[in-house]
Amino acid sequence: MTVRTFLRAVALLAALALPAGALAHAFLDRAVPAVGSKVHGQPAEVRLRFSQPLEPAFSDVRVLDAGGKQVDRKDKRLDPADASVLRVSLRPLAPGVYRVVWRVLSADTHVTEGDYTFEVAP
Amino acid sequence: MTRISAIARWSAAVLLAAGSASAFAHGFAGKRFFPATLATDDPFVADELSLPTVSRRKTGANGDEPATLETETSVDFTKRITQNFGVGLGATYVSQKPDGGESVRGFDNFAANVKYQFFKSDEHETILSVGVDWDIGNTGAKRIIGTETFSTLTPTVFAGKGFGDLPDSLPYLKPLAITGSVGVGLPTKSSTTTVADDGTETTAKNPNVLNVGFALEYSLLYLQSFVKDVGLSEPFNRLIPLVEVSMQKPLDGSGPTTGTINPGLLWAGRYMQFGLEAIIPMNKATGGKTGVLLQIHFFLDDLFPKSLGKPIFD
Repeated sequence: MTVRTFLRAVALLAALALPAGALAHAFLDRAVPAVGSKVHGQPAEVRLRFSQPLEPAFSDVRVLDAGGKQVDRKDKRLDPADASVLRVSLRPLAPGVYRVVWRVLSADTHVTEGDYTFEVAP
Repeated sequence: MTRISAIARWSAAVLLAAGSASAFAHGFAGKRFFPATLATDDPFVADELSLPTVSRRKTGANGDEPATLETETSVDFTKRITQNFGVGLGATYVSQKPDGGESVRGFDNFAANVKYQFFKSDEHETILSVGVDWDIGNTGAKRIIGTETFSTLTPTVFAGKGFGDLPDSLPYLKPLAITGSVGVGLPTKSSTTTVADDGTETTAKNPNVLNVGFALEYSLLYLQSFVKDVGLSEPFNRLIPLVEVSMQKPLDGSGPTTGTINPGLLWAGRYMQFGLEAIIPMNKATGGKTGVLLQIHFFLDDLFPKSLGKPIFD
């Protein structure tokens, strides 16, 4: 194999991969309330936008208060218009810090998980 | 059949035999994504292809050897046999241009390795593994300086630790992670005798060599997803600034510690990762000038999640 052939193979592989815009493992792209944010007023729900579509049966999100008590309405679901958005409704929240815990399965069978906090201001 | 085509065919056979799927794959411990590092080996077992890794640096003059501009282009392929056990193969094409001399080109010795990941803690974002690297003697071009006629086996311990378990009072340190390795290169011949054109024999000792490497990384992906949304958008939310340090020291005291410090940036995409680093000599004994190192790295488990990118045995 000549160096030229080798470099052409590299260029071809790079060209195949470059159009990709998101991680194949589903990573959290955006969250509402935002990661580490302070919220004024009552958030009605948590919305998590991932980098790729999710498998609904194996994707979960919970919202916990500082004592570990679940404060969401246990109605997690994918957004009907966008399978990369996971939503869950919230009960009325007292001022304090809340933790969002998620574990999702992307369409290509990779599991990712994570958590973050947001604060509800008085 | 050339050695390269033999390796390629063996690799293809392994890939075609690939078996069932896995949930987590390259470089994950809990919510921590460990990127593939360029100068030091990773602590995790994965289906990956680095194609290519290119380094270019002018080495310093050493005794009778003049300063040499050295360009290395390498390919590294690793394949999981089971979820936690993998094998790897590597080949490097070298171009050397000594000051005032003719360029020489050819393959360095080929390399193979095995690695077993024996511990993972999702909660503490920790991975530990052990492995052995085999630099296969006499498989490279003899005209290349540094291509040995003997093999070197390097048993190595690898570790990776993310700092996501730090107290919440230190939020901006949580995106930090460190990976590293410690190994001892054991040559299969304790000395090598060369005969010059005039018949003079020279014998050089081949000492055991301590190899230490680590990478300190700050993941903007981790910051943005788990600590604080600071408003970064693509491509900046996928950047991982890092510093790698790679050191070697002969254990018989016959030479000084040498090595490089490599500051750089990684960018992790859907199927691949780009890396770019400077190669800075860490001391006078290392010599030479600052060079550059770049890599295109493919996540085979993401490219072929249901076929080529999963362990042969689950």
